Amino acid sequence: MKQFLKGTFTAAAALSVLATGVIAEDTPKQGGTLVTVLSTNVRNLNSAVQSGIVTGYPGAQLFASPLRYDEDWTPQPYLAESWNVSEDGLTVTLNLAKNAKFHDGVALTSKDVAFSVDVIKANHPFKSMFAPVESVETPDDHTAVLKLSKPHPALMLAMSGQLMSIIPQHIYGDVPIDEVKTHPRNNENTVGSGPFKLVEYKSGEHVILERFDDFFIEGRPYLDKVVMRIISDPAARAIAYENGEVHLGAFESLPRIINRLKKVDGLTVTSEGYGGIGPLDWLAMNTTKGPLADVRVRKAIAHAVDKNFIRNALMQGTTDESRTGIHPDSPFYNADVEAYELDLDKANALLDEAGFPMNGGTRFALTIDFGWPGVKPQVEYVKAALKKVGIDVTVRASADFPTWAKRMGTMDFDMSWDTVFNWGDPVIGVHRTYNSENIAKGVWSNTQGYSNSRVDELMAMAAVENDMAKRTALYAEFQQIIADELPVYHVNTLPYHTVYSDKVGNPPLGIWGTSTPIDMTYLKD
Amino acid sequence: MQFLQTTLIRIFYAIVLLVAVLVLNFSLMHLAPGDVADTISQSMGGADQELLDRIRSDYGLDQPFLVQLGRYIAGVLQFDLGFSFFYNQPVTKLIMERLPATLLLVVTAQLLALFLGVFLGVISARKPNGLTSHFVTFMALFGYAAPVFWTGILLLIGFSLHLHWFPVAGMRDVTISGGFWVHFVDVLRHLILPMITLASIFLALYSRLARATMMEVLGSDYVRTAKSKGLSQRQVVYKHALKNSLSPVITLAGLQFSAVISGAVLVETVFSWPGLGTLAFQSIIARDTPTILGILFFSALVVIVGNLLTDIALRLVDPRLRGRS
Repeated sequence: MKQFLKGTFTAAAALSVLATGVIAEDTPKQGGTLVTVLSTNVRNLNSAVQSGIVTGYPGAQLFASPLRYDEDWTPQPYLAESWNVSEDGLTVTLNLAKNAKFHDGVALTSKDVAFSVDVIKANHPFKSMFAPVESVETPDDHTAVLKLSKPHPALMLAMSGQLMSIIPQHIYGDVPIDEVKTHPRNNENTVGSGPFKLVEYKSGEHVILERFDDFFIEGRPYLDKVVMRIISDPAARAIAYENGEVHLGAFESLPRIINRLKKVDGLTVTSEGYGGIGPLDWLAMNTTKGPLADVRVRKAIAHAVDKNFIRNALMQGTTDESRTGIHPDSPFYNADVEAYELDLDKANALLDEAGFPMNGGTRFALTIDFGWPGVKPQVEYVKAALKKVGIDVTVRASADFPTWAKRMGTMDFDMSWDTVFNWGDPVIGVHRTYNSENIAKGVWSNTQGYSNSRVDELMAMAAVENDMAKRTALYAEFQQIIADELPVYHVNTLPYHTVYSDKVGNPPLGIWGTSTPIDMTYLKD
Repeated sequence: MQFLQTTLIRIFYAIVLLVAVLVLNFSLMHLAPGDVADTISQSMGGADQELLDRIRSDYGLDQPFLVQLGRYIAGVLQFDLGFSFFYNQPVTKLIMERLPATLLLVVTAQLLALFLGVFLGVISARKPNGLTSHFVTFMALFGYAAPVFWTGILLLIGFSLHLHWFPVAGMRDVTISGGFWVHFVDVLRHLILPMITLASIFLALYSRLARATMMEVLGSDYVRTAKSKGLSQRQVVYKHALKNSLSPVITLAGLQFSAVISGAVLVETVFSWPGLGTLAFQSIIARDTPTILGILFFSALVVIVGNLLTDIALRLVDPRLRGRS
């Protein structure tokens, strides 16, 4: 259904492009200053060594990557004008744009690509992105050949967005590879080959970018200047959108503010553009101890917690249902799994069957953790919902994120509300939660202590399967088992929304959202 | 001479206090579970154990507590506040970048609260049961009771969203260009709302105190003498009574300086004012120990300097204090 809808939307979009083409009203206009917003300080502008959604936005403007993606998950040429994957899947050849230059005028060559892969492998947190890349050969300045130890379909998404920023070797090559993450040029005088160059980054105030006139795509970018203001208070950001001080912002996540902004004339509020990052909310359950070690108890909990209440009442209709660990926008999403509708009788029966009889209104006690105040309502609701089936839940607050991260990373918890991102291909952000070799390796590893050899096998096969149909089938089975064994009860997507004014043409709504170059974005009169 | 001696003793206490602030805060930060490696991995969307271990060894977080504390104190003694783990910058640079904005906000808000508070206090003291007096009391207590972030957002909705008089956030508009005065006016426009918000908390304190002391002074003998020698009410109040009723207000203002700084944390967060308050808030969330300790060190310094200045100001307005230690 979702796929069908998406297809229809794409067709509708194509039609509207044709229509406007005839009227020729919406031709992008050159010039202007786009004022946009970041919700926190940027730790590091160099997206080759720093992941995360805050770095992604300025990072994708400063640094170009080999590929880019549109909204239907098809790779498009970017720094690589064309590419080729060999028959055995072990060689990936990139043909680079010949006129690509860095902001300091030095030409970008295949050496920079090889250097960047080394830097990312040594510093970036997502090791699985380039782990199978054994070497990068550079037969000439404009050809980079990635040699793989095994087929690696995840490489396509890993070469796009903020995940593979090509950084200049002549600037970052002066320190040992694994020290690039603290290089002074990461936040000052940062040089890339993206559509915009850095004018100034003032911590706590703004990042100012300016059009790069020698950008390798002729005629782009359209904007002269991009001002990224740092405004951390969501209410203040909302007012700034409303009175036109800010044209565009992403990752707005407070349901009340989203619904209020939807009613404002001249603003568009959309949840498009988050499929790549794939943010999911779920109820994590420690499968290694106590009653939760019994799958029937986990199923009973899923039946007692009403997803619809969370989505409609707590999140006020701003989120989608997610039934598995893969984001519903992903082509690999399989909605045909057990959905765990609200059913208290079934929950009670499962708990009886598991050997936890009701004893004076209570069966047993559990704790539930949460990592940040924003999800406290969900946690309080889970407590109230489980009371009805005789589970006495105590809410354990954490002083701050590190306190919670420590509890999760060491599996010192029963249940927890958790938020985890897909980061493109399932290999990058999904496998880590279910892989039995990744148990209790810090926060956002397999903190549930879940282990199933068939699941491990399916993930291993899907990781090397270049045939899209076969790969989809492997992930479909994987999702079915996960939904059946419930190490995690998947509830909803994060309510991330992008807000933009009517003045903005071509806002970044591809799968990577604002973690893509905004070279096609323009300001209308 | 005595004045100098007292001042020197105070400076000595101040240094002891600063060291205590450092040791205590360092220990408290260390007691909490988890560390900055976790928040770095959060900002990156996750990290494996190997990377976490490397971050910890890079920043010396794998060393025993006493070694870390010793290294830190040794650094501070050499005027080196360390290197921010989270921002990848020297802490001194981070703080120096933010300090002017905070000083501008805190000092202007404090002055506004002080002058307006005294003025309103005097007005209401002249007719303690009049309508004006009740109005002033009501407004002042309202400002004091209302949560500061709520006041801030309310002002934003009124003056930025509906009236478009003032900008929403930040300290300056980077899209405008012009000479010094253009930027001066721009910063002023950004300053007004946060300044009023911060001042609103302390206005009540100053106006209540000024009102009480003024009423007391107005009932004293020398005021009656001044009145009977034929001076106008205005002259009596502003020339004779005011100066004598000021010293409790100034004492309070000095003591409140630390409260103004902590109030600035909330105000700066609401208005995205690029000062130490937002930095403090973000570094606490990120468990960025060197930055937090650096800010606390600076705040302690500012409070101590503020108290010293209060002392001097009191001696200037009250001759009785000049000879005392």
